[in-house]
Amino acid sequence: MGIKSTQHPFFISVFFLGIFLFVWHVATISAPFDPTGKTDEELLVMEFNGDIMQTDDGQYVWNPEKEKVKGVPGPMTVMEKAWIELNEAFVIKGTNDHGIAFLVGYTVSRFSMGFLAASAVAILVGIILGLNQMLFRALNPFIQILKPISPLAWMPLLLYTVKDPKWTAILVVFMAAVWPTLATTAFGVNSLRKEYLQVAAILQLSWFKRLYKVILPGAAPTIVNGLRISFGSALVAVVPAEMLLGELGVGYLSWIEWNNLDIAGVIFAILVVGTVGVVLDSGFNKLAGLVTYRE
Amino acid sequence: MSFLSIDHMSKYFPSHSGNGTVCIFEDVTVKINKGEFVTVIGHSGCGKSTLLNIIAGLETPTEGGAILNGQEVTGPGLDRMVVFQSFALMPWMTVFENVALAVRSAYPTWSPQEIKAHVQKYITLVGLQGAETKKPTALSGGMKQRVGLARAFSIEPKVLLLDEPFAQIDALTRGVIQEELVQMWNATRNTVFMVTHDVDEAILLSDRIMLMTNGPSARIAEIVDVTIPRPRSRETIIEDEHYYKIRNHIIHFLVRHASHGQAEESGDHTERSGPVEINFRDQAPKPVGAALCGRP
Repeated sequence: MGIKSTQHPFFISVFFLGIFLFVWHVATISAPFDPTGKTDEELLVMEFNGDIMQTDDGQYVWNPEKEKVKGVPGPMTVMEKAWIELNEAFVIKGTNDHGIAFLVGYTVSRFSMGFLAASAVAILVGIILGLNQMLFRALNPFIQILKPISPLAWMPLLLYTVKDPKWTAILVVFMAAVWPTLATTAFGVNSLRKEYLQVAAILQLSWFKRLYKVILPGAAPTIVNGLRISFGSALVAVVPAEMLLGELGVGYLSWIEWNNLDIAGVIFAILVVGTVGVVLDSGFNKLAGLVTYRE
Repeated sequence: MSFLSIDHMSKYFPSHSGNGTVCIFEDVTVKINKGEFVTVIGHSGCGKSTLLNIIAGLETPTEGGAILNGQEVTGPGLDRMVVFQSFALMPWMTVFENVALAVRSAYPTWSPQEIKAHVQKYITLVGLQGAETKKPTALSGGMKQRVGLARAFSIEPKVLLLDEPFAQIDALTRGVIQEELVQMWNATRNTVFMVTHDVDEAILLSDRIMLMTNGPSARIAEIVDVTIPRPRSRETIIEDEHYYKIRNHIIHFLVRHASHGQAEESGDHTERSGPVEINFRDQAPKPVGAALCGRP
């Protein structure tokens, strides 16, 4: 049993994390300032330039403010930064300086609105195209052209037309999320086993009943697969959209910390984006589990 | 006037090469009485399932048509329920919901209690009490088709259409379900149109067996009266003096038509002009209404 538990993937994960943090720490360690071999004049110039500073007991050390932008910060620096940010999670300091909890909230709501609107539209249109092969073949060339366009490529046009960065960010998410769901829904409905539709036809189910008793649940596993792809691409699109539009959110946080030349802050923002993604994804998987079935 | 009649029906599909058509079967004329159990036997691909689908209204004939109770079949309806070879149970619904979906459609005015009682009655009839909340995935092939039968019988259709209902079920279970079907049919005396390629199954269940030649251009060549008294069971049926006569006759027919279209050439004139009725009670084969079934 003892051996079994150490073979648990969790322990291997922790092991690799430990190695990673250790290597990161060692690689980013900077030697303390060594004044030997430097004249008093040189030291004075360095202090004047802000490279070093004198402590209370007369020793020279590296200036911590300048350290922040020298090389990549180590794990301890990032953790300190994270600690400060998390303590101020619910603090609003100014128009553009909201706590991390607010930023996550903005990103999640922006993401959700775009994703839900895109899913609703994509599933509806997908079902229509899935049921009507002629229409599908007529519209498929357009879908094929629109699908590979990066959602960010739409941004200037969207910004110009809706004239509001808030809505533009949501529409960028929408553009990222709409195509995969649309294509897979059409495919899922089209490849629904024809016996199910035959049973529905024999039982004289109404159009509406046919849709929500047979077609939607029957195509649900395929639709969910499409939603999953859309989900991923929407999550990828929301971060650069915030960066480019300057809308408050976790993507914005990453960019503003870069503007502040706070590299530890940038790394922290990256970790927040990852965490938000994981939480949203697991929530999505729970929902997906409710509608899938086995043949 | 017969209850269900298939009248000079032909079906053509567009051929694979793109030009012209392939005849699946042609000039099929069958008359089925109310409460009769009729089976079509033929090799795979002879068009017997297509014939069944046309009666169900799921496909349209190229020529001719089917008339049920004086009305032409134009589309699917609750008066003709199909039991599918692939079961066609909705895998996202429980056993109960699968049957209830049909019952609710057939009796839209019923209260939930009435529907529940009716569904329960038919689930019990096929011996699936206790499995109501299971999903079809959790059931064996035999149990799945019991649900299929419960669903079909529950809406009390005028005609029951069985499309190779036991082909996907293992041989031992198949026998048991066949016997259950005999009992259910004895209780309800529905009109049944079955398609199969299992000779023993056909003899056990049917009043008449139609033998179909191979496609393309398949025809119903012979109609065999199953002159074995009911009630029948698998155990006693094989002791009937006609059992092996009928069985051998059908198997000879199927072997003769094993390769495409060859038996057509050797067939005598009566076989070409219309189905021959085979009845082992009065031995001598006689042609049935040549004018009725004559080819155009």
